[in-house]
Amino acid sequence: MADETPKAEELIQIDHRPPAKQWMDVPVNIRKGMYCYASNPKSVEYLGLPNARPWNPIEEDWKLPENWQQILHEGFKERLEKFRSIKVFMDICVRCGACADKCHFFIGTGDPKNMPVLRAELLRSVYRNDFTLMGKLLGRYAGARPMTIDVLKEWWYYLFQCTECRRCSVFCPYGIDTAEITMFGRELLNLLGLNIDWIATPVANCYRTGNHLGIQPHAFKDMIDFFCDDIEEITGIRVEPNFNQKNADILFITPSGDVFADPGTYTAMGYLLLFHFLKEKYGLNVTWSTYASEGGNFGSFTSHETMKRLNAKMYLEAKRLKPKWILGGECGHMWRVITQYMDTMNGPADFMEAPVNPITGTRFENAKSTKMVHIAEFLADLIKHGKLDLDPSRNDNKIVTFHDSCNPARGMGMLDEPRYVIKSVANHFFEMPANTIREQTFCCGSGSGLNAGENMEERMAGALPRSNAVKYVHEKHGVNMLACVCAIDRAALPAAMDYWVPGVDVTGMTELVANALIMPGEQERTTDLRGEPLPGMEEADE
Amino acid sequence: MALIEQLGLKKDPIVKKWFAQVVDTYPAETARFLRRQSDPFANPVGQTTLQGLRTLIDLLGAGFDVKSVQEALDPIIRIRAIQDFTPARATRFVFELKRIIRDEVPENQRSSEELQRMEHLIDEMALTAFDIYMQCREKINDLKANEMKSRTYKAFARAGLIKEPDGE
Amino acid sequence: MNKFYMSSLLAIFALALIAWVGAPALPWLFGIVLPYLAVAVFVVGFVRRVMGWSRSAVPFAIPTTGGQQRSLPWIKQAKFDNPSSKTGVFVRMALEILTFRSLFRNTRMKMNEGNRLSYHLEIFLWLGALAFHYAFLVTLLRHMRFFLEPVPGAIQMLEAVDGFFRLEILYDSVQFGLPGVYMSGLVLLAAAAYLFLRRLFIANMRYISLPSDYFPLLLIMGIAFTGILMRYFTKVDIAAIKQLAMGLVTFQPSIPAAISPVFYIHLFFVSVLLAYFPFSKLMHLGGIFLSPTRNMLANTREVRHVNPWNYPVKVHTYEAYENEFREKMVEAGLPVDKMPESAPEEMTEEEKE
Repeated sequence: MADETPKAEELIQIDHRPPAKQWMDVPVNIRKGMYCYASNPKSVEYLGLPNARPWNPIEEDWKLPENWQQILHEGFKERLEKFRSIKVFMDICVRCGACADKCHFFIGTGDPKNMPVLRAELLRSVYRNDFTLMGKLLGRYAGARPMTIDVLKEWWYYLFQCTECRRCSVFCPYGIDTAEITMFGRELLNLLGLNIDWIATPVANCYRTGNHLGIQPHAFKDMIDFFCDDIEEITGIRVEPNFNQKNADILFITPSGDVFADPGTYTAMGYLLLFHFLKEKYGLNVTWSTYASEGGNFGSFTSHETMKRLNAKMYLEAKRLKPKWILGGECGHMWRVITQYMDTMNGPADFMEAPVNPITGTRFENAKSTKMVHIAEFLADLIKHGKLDLDPSRNDNKIVTFHDSCNPARGMGMLDEPRYVIKSVANHFFEMPANTIREQTFCCGSGSGLNAGENMEERMAGALPRSNAVKYVHEKHGVNMLACVCAIDRAALPAAMDYWVPGVDVTGMTELVANALIMPGEQERTTDLRGEPLPGMEEADE
Repeated sequence: MALIEQLGLKKDPIVKKWFAQVVDTYPAETARFLRRQSDPFANPVGQTTLQGLRTLIDLLGAGFDVKSVQEALDPIIRIRAIQDFTPARATRFVFELKRIIRDEVPENQRSSEELQRMEHLIDEMALTAFDIYMQCREKINDLKANEMKSRTYKAFARAGLIKEPDGE
Repeated sequence: MNKFYMSSLLAIFALALIAWVGAPALPWLFGIVLPYLAVAVFVVGFVRRVMGWSRSAVPFAIPTTGGQQRSLPWIKQAKFDNPSSKTGVFVRMALEILTFRSLFRNTRMKMNEGNRLSYHLEIFLWLGALAFHYAFLVTLLRHMRFFLEPVPGAIQMLEAVDGFFRLEILYDSVQFGLPGVYMSGLVLLAAAAYLFLRRLFIANMRYISLPSDYFPLLLIMGIAFTGILMRYFTKVDIAAIKQLAMGLVTFQPSIPAAISPVFYIHLFFVSVLLAYFPFSKLMHLGGIFLSPTRNMLANTREVRHVNPWNYPVKVHTYEAYENEFREKMVEAGLPVDKMPESAPEEMTEEEKE
């Protein structure tokens, strides 16, 4: 640490700044606005997770257990055997730098420790020290350093500046996935009770009541009843959703964010209209569940075990209600869990049928084991077969672009289905630049449980690359509606648009569908689901 | 004609120097990326800044009006307002322009009327930068305080699930 | 910071010095014992490392999907970037390993007005890496001529291609050109130098680089440099070297006389590289094959992946949930599995209190 400002360094310093230190010598500075509050001990306790106590990240003492280093070391060791991904990713990075500028947090904050390679090196340095011969022999020359309280704080700070979006993983020549490393790192931190409250409390709520906000079943139903009132006002039709109904055709599970927060609520209204339409027209019977009323899984931002504990509800409820298969709503990380974890963790789901769309006869071959179909796949199939009566002109005042949510893009590959659906229900659609969409999509900056309020600077920095691309189509094509298939997007992007690109609203895909959907027996609609006048109806509204 | 040209200076080198100054407020490891990556979608910070600075130089002169200056400054300040900068460090770059231009101007013109006018305009620019910085910070604080409320609370209130203490 | 690459550089010089001084005194050590030892360490180390990785479980199928999934029949799947078949995975891995496809994605950005330099640099990383690895491979294969008698036709052909830019046409008249210049050695040196300088001069690369990044590059540059030195500048007795090499592979080692010290440096560098290999990041050679985000099928909703250590966890059952909320559910008209014992009206009364 005493070797700063070496002479030779100055010679090669082409820019006129003080000579750079090696990253291990730059101490972590936990900055206000860039971190989330610590977990509420009650939530940690409810879940039976370790070291529940009040603590504050900016205080010196984090109230760790006496033997915390040992806990981490053993936790690390155990997981090296349980996860080949981690073991391989710890060993094979060559630090080529291809990932360095791919992270939205690096781009937005300019903090070099947000280069994905360095985020991983934070863990690798300790791995080398504890588990490799070279690290033990050569210490820092092999990039190794012992675990200290400062290192731990650095882990915590930067592992909660990663949204597990996997963008860097697309560019890595070895497929090293920072999401995997962050998941693993957070799992270790949770062994010491170092979670953030925006994750811990939703997890506890979800575990108990079935949704993130801790809304109890009757209130959940009240909220949906209220949507039905609104729908009646707009369309003149009373929709009657089923709850906890046994032997329905389909069980529907979506993130609770769509039920409890704008603008997701309009997407929820969209689901209700769609299911009513399908019931009236084709006799399809869809049920909601109040027990499994949360598709989102903040457990996946805590540990694999917590992920499994929350996710278990989906199949448990399906077993109890006996639908033919499950339909999943618009959500990002929920679909990562469903696609890559659910069947392994809580399957096999052999008590259901391989999903077939009873209206079109399409077999969803790609979901024949999980028995769970994405609503975009379902809608695309219905529209392709002409089973929905649509009037896209009702969306004519919306100039739409589509934000690929990270998880459906890079953990699933659902890219064309939502585009097909949106283009079928809206006449004005423009893509953002190629290196900001599809598998190269930029994160909303608030994923993986970081969509709290206190870390607004962090969120805005993370949202900059995405917003910047939206701004481009906003200015070039007049885009005023940012469509997405993720509840966290719907929760997080309105603030980002408010700050970076005022004049752009955020919508779910199904909301656009429902605006265009011609319900049997509906009155002439004058407004969209938000109560805003339809094109050409601006006067009629008054 | 822009004041820069009246002073016999070329625009591009000034922009380049100024941009280098702004970029140098970032860590060295980041600065290179900000300077070199020319894709505005891969490097919004660098390219937005460069664009803004270019426009601001153009505005020094006949076209100088508060609105245009605001429009050019806003994207730059908006980014710096959420990054790891104190208010002074976030806005300091505007003043730096004075020194950059002064260094370029030949000795005999250092007290010219054009230069004085230019420096006055740069002061104006700096004050505008403060204004924008404050607006951005207020916006952030507003989002911090009200985002949850405006999204969740509104939905609940619409559904009549919230009893207002002062409700009739 | 600078001590990181300086230390690597010093290490290389020290190694060269050791061989230079040591080899004439102890030729059997540098010519026979160390090479055998290095190969043994390499083989055992490599195998142990790969075994170590394979011993770790693959609990979840976590491919990074780099394109459209297989879903509805009329939607075109990205068969290689989001592979749902073994062939797809094979092609994806082949593209990754043979063409560095992911690295190439770096350069797929659109050209914009303004400066263009950065794009070129990004292409250079891919190009530099590609040149480096292929040159290494060709050089390696070319050296098989020392270990095989007779030299197989394939290797002779490779040499012919590698020596495509022969300069000896001029040799007689100008006395300058070199006999049979092999591209691979020069490209290897140049590419390694590029990759090294990149780490040295790009601030963020310097920030993330460790001695274990500089050292292997310098070592390989040392190998290439001594190789080129022997081939084109100092006269070495190729026949003697072949004799040594054949002795080693046939397990009848002997030290022929008149082997140049440069050769021993070359050989010592190679030995060090082999022995260092299994303990370093160079193991990416083996690791790439085991990377779960690339080598797994993305058909995870179609075929269940089994986690060998899957264990039961504590869950909040529907029963527990209903027990907690039964009255409220009944009151709201939600169906329940078990009707409450007390009438819901009473509960409402209680709630009001």
